Amino acid sequence: MARQPIDQFVEGISAEKRASVYLGTKVTHEKRDKLLHDHYADPDALRRLAGEIKQHVVENLDTYLPKVEAKLQSNGVKVHWASTAEEACAAVHGIMKARGATKLVKAKTMVSEEIGLADYLEHRGIEALETDLGEFIVQIDHDHPSHIVRPIIHKSRKEIATSFEREGLGAYNDDPETITRRARAFLRKKFLQADVGLTGANFVSVESGRLVIVTNEGNSRFSLAATKCHIALVGIEKLVPRDRDLGLFLNLLARSATAQQLTVYTEFISGPKAAAQPDGPEEMHVIFVDNRRTEVLASECREILRCIRCGACLNVCPVYRQVSGHAYRSVYPGPVGAVLSPLLEGDKFADKADLPKASSLCGACNEVCPVNIPIPDLLLRLRNKGKREHAPLAEAGSPPMGAWALMASSPAAWKTALVAGKLMNVLPKTWIPIPAMKAWTDTRTLPEWRGGEFRKWLRQRPRKADGTKGSPQSHTP
Amino acid sequence: MSSSRDIILERVREALAPLPKRAPLPEWDLSRARSAVAPAGADLWPAFAARLRAVNGTPVASPDELVALLGAKGWHHGYCDPALWPALKAAFPATFTVETAFDRERVDDYQFGITSAVGAIAETGTIVLNDRGTTTRLAALAPWVHVAAIRRENIVPDLASALAVLGDDPNVIWVTGPSKTADVEGILIEGVHGPGLQVALLLD
Ligand code: SF4
Repeated sequence: MARQPIDQFVEGISAEKRASVYLGTKVTHEKRDKLLHDHYADPDALRRLAGEIKQHVVENLDTYLPKVEAKLQSNGVKVHWASTAEEACAAVHGIMKARGATKLVKAKTMVSEEIGLADYLEHRGIEALETDLGEFIVQIDHDHPSHIVRPIIHKSRKEIATSFEREGLGAYNDDPETITRRARAFLRKKFLQADVGLTGANFVSVESGRLVIVTNEGNSRFSLAATKCHIALVGIEKLVPRDRDLGLFLNLLARSATAQQLTVYTEFISGPKAAAQPDGPEEMHVIFVDNRRTEVLASECREILRCIRCGACLNVCPVYRQVSGHAYRSVYPGPVGAVLSPLLEGDKFADKADLPKASSLCGACNEVCPVNIPIPDLLLRLRNKGKREHAPLAEAGSPPMGAWALMASSPAAWKTALVAGKLMNVLPKTWIPIPAMKAWTDTRTLPEWRGGEFRKWLRQRPRKADGTKGSPQSHTP
Repeated sequence: MSSSRDIILERVREALAPLPKRAPLPEWDLSRARSAVAPAGADLWPAFAARLRAVNGTPVASPDELVALLGAKGWHHGYCDPALWPALKAAFPATFTVETAFDRERVDDYQFGITSAVGAIAETGTIVLNDRGTTTRLAALAPWVHVAAIRRENIVPDLASALAVLGDDPNVIWVTGPSKTADVEGILIEGVHGPGLQVALLLD
């Protein structure tokens, strides 16, 4: 049986790395959960409400997009549209050329990863520097982010210290504080020399045309304090109807992403700086990027366009915790990526048709999602699509279920299997003679087999006085 | 040839055309966004100060307290918004060098920057700066210490109330504690690109 690409990938990850990704995600998830429940009586109701608002936006983009365009223009912002990744990169380049600009500082934006902006600009002689600490480290290592919110969750301080030494940022020192100070000093100069500050936007209010950008490090703020031109790359789905709706989204985003009440820097930008002020952009551009979002909108998975990129579904996902981000071979990893990445491939959907299978459908992603996206349902729809379109990767690595079906439909075979199952606890699993099973178990640990316990419990449980079998609660009045 | 704008909008319309009906915009009461830690009452400074401490920020209730804090750490060189300086000058002894013009060629010379905040949010310990009311963006960001001068009456109880008073300023920023990262092995480090110490000074 062909193995799933994700399983092949996992074999290459060290136990140390797996453990640190597991721990990092688990801790964030638990803090998120606690904070939401400490602060709100019914956080799930807020998630559902936020989901309804974003679903409304997604289904009304035809009216909202022209509206927000007009509002932005009346605020003095230049609006551009890019239907493909190439067009989006060219739009940034065009704005820079018109200003004679050669240096760009970039705050973290997933869209810029998606369109490959940094490479595009560098090939054209423009310095495009990442300023988020994690993204900066990814850039100097020619690596890729492995988490939406924590791009270097896969890297150790030792690896980072080695990279800094190689790049001439000081002698080897793996103290996280020293690493941060060195990046501060190096990037500070770059901010002050840059011509253009590039950001994404977490939200855009249709009502006011305000772009909302959140960062903890202050890098987006620094670029909007130091440079004279601001370019924002914005996916067409990033809109919210009114400013007041931000009250919901900002509260949910910070708690879901990093278990904070509010991200440190939350910036509301509705245009260039006032003429009398010394710092800040005198020119502001918004580039609305499609890059197949309209195809997602036309698909049966349009709910994924509600996503606010908080990363909570990655942190809670039992598969992500084991395999980490690069296993998804995409800009967007984890449960959100398992849905979005194959769709963003367009006619190359088949190349990523295995991703929707990288899930046990446990539903945890749906339960934590601040916009309540039914990710497991969407994964099933995409599995179906993979089958319909005969994508070979949609088949790879699925253990054949024929023998299972036979066993499950014969009571005698079932009982025998239960006894055999107990043996699995004492036999090394590498002895499993079935190649299909072996492909699975090589990279997975099995829980202890407890087959037959239910039957035992059913036989032994107390009976009610009337002779009928009691329910599990019947002996506690 | 049609523009990218027209192509995108046409694709959006085509994608949405088959929907039998569109999801409605839910109405919701802003009070639902208030968290359990949002305060009420007339004087919001104590609640704000407590929430600011919770995000590792530092509230100071008078110019003398500020000077003591800066002096204890040996931070003697800084910037102050010229509009604020007359009221603060008396508290600063001659050992301090305070400039009222910020020179971006020497950003690292300033150990502290004192600028005006246009408001604060008690629920979250957040300082509100904007474009027209805050002299220089860099002075509030580049020095290791940022001191935001706040008037008691400009503190709002919660995040939702702060959204309602964004006004028409082109750049409003909410700052909640010092600049920070947990990118390296999840370890919290403060002072990444912005201040490592965020102070709120009460002006009475
Ligand atoms: S799908 Fe939901 S949980 Fe996952 S990143 Fe997007 S908003 Fe967050």
